[in-house]
Amino acid sequence: MAIKTLFVDPSRCIGCRACEAACRECDSHKGESMVMVDFVDRGRSVATQPTVCMHCADPVAPCAQVCPVLAIQITPEGVVQQAEPSRCIGCRNCVYACPFGVPKFDVEARLMKKCNLCYDRTAQGLQPWCAQACPTQALWYGEYEEFVNERQGRAVNLTGFGTQSVRTRVYHVVGVETPALDLAGLLREARAEVGAPERPRQEAWVL
Amino acid sequence: MSVNRGIFVERRDFNEDFQQAGHSPAEWASADRVPEALVPTHCSFCGVQCGMHLRVADGEVIGVEPRNYPHNRGSLCPKGVVAYQQVGHPDRLRFPLIRKGGKGGRLERATWDEALDYIADRWKAIQARHGKDAVAVYSGSSMTNEKCYLVGKFARVGLGTRHVDYNGRLCMSSAAMAYARAFGIDRSPLPMTDIPLADSIFVVGSNVAECFPIMMQWIWQARDRGASLIVADPRETPIARTADLWLPVRPGTDVALLNAMLRQVIEEGLVDEAYLAARTTGWDAVRAAVREYTPEVAERITGVPAERIVVAARLYGRAPTSLIMHARGIEHSTHGVNNCLACINLALARGQVGKPGGGTMMITGQGNGQGGREVGQKANQLPGYRHIDVLEERQYVADVWGIPEPELPQEGAAATEMVNLMATGEIKSCLILCSNLMVSLPDNATVARALDSLDPLVVIDFFMSETAERADVVLPGSVWCEDEGTTTNLEGRVVKINAAAQPPGEARRDWQILSALAERMGRGRFFPYRGAREIWDELRLASRGGVSDYYGITWEKIEAQDGVFWPCPTEDHPGTPRLFTERFGHPDGRAKMFPLRYEPPAEEPNDEFPFRLTTGRVVYHYLSGTQTRRLGFLNDQAPEPWVEIHPMMAERLGIRDHEVVRVRTPRAAMELKAVVVPTIRPDTLFIPFHYGHAWAVNQLTNPAVEPACKIPEYKACAAVVERLDAAVPAEPGAARQNYTPESDPKMFPYAVGETKAPAAQEAKRY
Repeated sequence: MAIKTLFVDPSRCIGCRACEAACRECDSHKGESMVMVDFVDRGRSVATQPTVCMHCADPVAPCAQVCPVLAIQITPEGVVQQAEPSRCIGCRNCVYACPFGVPKFDVEARLMKKCNLCYDRTAQGLQPWCAQACPTQALWYGEYEEFVNERQGRAVNLTGFGTQSVRTRVYHVVGVETPALDLAGLLREARAEVGAPERPRQEAWVL
Repeated sequence: MSVNRGIFVERRDFNEDFQQAGHSPAEWASADRVPEALVPTHCSFCGVQCGMHLRVADGEVIGVEPRNYPHNRGSLCPKGVVAYQQVGHPDRLRFPLIRKGGKGGRLERATWDEALDYIADRWKAIQARHGKDAVAVYSGSSMTNEKCYLVGKFARVGLGTRHVDYNGRLCMSSAAMAYARAFGIDRSPLPMTDIPLADSIFVVGSNVAECFPIMMQWIWQARDRGASLIVADPRETPIARTADLWLPVRPGTDVALLNAMLRQVIEEGLVDEAYLAARTTGWDAVRAAVREYTPEVAERITGVPAERIVVAARLYGRAPTSLIMHARGIEHSTHGVNNCLACINLALARGQVGKPGGGTMMITGQGNGQGGREVGQKANQLPGYRHIDVLEERQYVADVWGIPEPELPQEGAAATEMVNLMATGEIKSCLILCSNLMVSLPDNATVARALDSLDPLVVIDFFMSETAERADVVLPGSVWCEDEGTTTNLEGRVVKINAAAQPPGEARRDWQILSALAERMGRGRFFPYRGAREIWDELRLASRGGVSDYYGITWEKIEAQDGVFWPCPTEDHPGTPRLFTERFGHPDGRAKMFPLRYEPPAEEPNDEFPFRLTTGRVVYHYLSGTQTRRLGFLNDQAPEPWVEIHPMMAERLGIRDHEVVRVRTPRAAMELKAVVVPTIRPDTLFIPFHYGHAWAVNQLTNPAVEPACKIPEYKACAAVVERLDAAVPAEPGAARQNYTPESDPKMFPYAVGETKAPAAQEAKRY
């Protein structure tokens, strides 16, 4: 049976931080969020993107591989857990090893913290809080086949870093390459009709 | 949580661990002991009214869990996730306060008896001396139908005053009037779950992503099916970013854009003539009126490139099913009604209204914005959308209330007019609940003067809002989940709010406060309620046979079928999710179309004030921010307002990103942080409005209102942005006014004893 996992679709993210607010509600880390929402480049766009733990599958979890005390454990389902607090020595190897910049070091608690895919919920067949709350399904939880059936965009789980690549449990969604609507063509056609190719300078910002 | 976590706590005394041995267990050992209950309810914030479960343990609300409700399917926005934190909030008002030293004194703790007696004595004295109408009630829509209904009844029966109105005036009274004029019924004609059926979605003046995040999942379902998305907005909002086509319209010029699109639809032969002939009246006049709005003319007025208007008309017009969604962006205007009617004209010309997934959809902002305007707290309305000036309708409600018809007061002043009556002394005292005028009304210096002239100003609130700070008596009320009742969401779906906690300290439920006040005023026999359900049953009866007929909606039915859409005239009626499928609400069953001309906003830029200032919301805050600015997570995200300015203009003015600048209008100036972003028109400034005191953008906004429905023009006024080292001119200066002093649609035109102009009387019918 196909596994259920998260799909991260930045094109749908509206930057509302419902995922962060929801993540903070978990009793195991009340008041702290393991999801981050960032403006990609506010100087150019309102685009935002959520970052969650990608739960690397192949090579298996670099964070776990570098942990000297085996504090980061991986469940039989392939969910990479947060560093076990009774073992974590606060060495921060995992913080440096993660290719996605996910684990955060809590200086006060001297513990590494990261997303564990709401193991308490997902093990019971529920959705993780972030995907549950997400108003736009920019974070979506379900099976790959279900995703392909219902949604536009291509789900990929192979991320390249130079010569290395990582296959992750969590998918990123990239836009379709050729949009069905030829908007540029429509605009070209309309521009010819209205006969005003010369834009006044102050309107140049629109295009 | 691991027990080891505490090891690294600074200054921890390890000896204490040993000393604990043999004693009662430490706190953590019992931390997960309590069994918790889930209370099914809805969010306290916007008009979507998402379903949620509240986690309750030992009588305390400790968290939130998802609830799979038909329209939000378990999702919540950040406001919804943290809404529960209002319940035990340290800022909650827990006992009544009276300004014992008179004006200028401090608010001091009082008992309920003291407070209620003081209010009742003052009110009786004022009413004996100045007449019943000298006491007014100003209400809000972010509370249950039961409370909204009771406010109307309290004002008219308990106080006998005609001055009762509510903050829905500032919200979408223009859309309400447009729908009533065009369709005969003021309600969004289709449920949210219909959105995915549309092939083209045209969003006009609505930042759906930030203001109604939960609706986005339905829009995106439509997008997954291949629907096109067109967004008209002066800013590139998160929804505009993902749209196929963004129409960066100049604030306040929407009619020109919509008329030009309609003209193009006609040109392309995309008009549904059969539908127009069978189901509408007035099409020929509309066709003639839009003829002059060529794309080139519209480009000059709106600033949207002509080819974009043409393509937008084609995308919209060629879609078999198309949906227009609109909200405050076009409604907060001195032409708000016309803006909405222009949307309706476009949808009717395409034959879309009444079709699943097609037509127009107004997006109500306040939690109970839809219900609040139906149940009789509006100056000109009685429960069930009944008119206060129609004898039969007055008679019916008077009978339900058990008073003789002549005792029922006539129409009073609109919320925006009431302020002037306070300032001129016609209103001597006002009861304000569920509203924060000092943040929400334009030109708030005038509002402050008006409120300070009241004696006493009585405020019911659960936090010390900017308005409550000015009150003479503050009565502590309840937050949404401390009482039960119903709300009507933006689809017209009546949902049930359940109680999860008790009001803190001495705070009381709002209906209990109103009933107690009525009793002190000697009208207790009309308010014999023992619970919200009795108020609901009376409301059902009062709305029976009206336009918004709630008679068949019982609390049990709401639970059983996940909300009931009004009208629902009998108990075996399932409710009406889609309106206008066969006929419209007018007696002839047809929709009316109105020819519209573009008229400029009341105030326009000139050399002195070259920008157009527009205001709006951010996703983290709700209305005046009284609630959300107190919730840590939300306030951390947006603790202060900012002004958005385009890099082109910032460069010209020498303004850097995140620099504190001064924004000035003919009324006032304020200092705030500049955010230099290319996602706004260069001739436009944007400031979010959720903040109080020196950060309230409503110091700057123009108090001009729509002449018929009295909605203020929040979305367009002339302004200038300058560096702090620029000199402030001695005179405030003036912007270009598009009105003569006689025709100026001022916010405060109401004079004592004035009879309304014929246009206003016609408008009042709706």
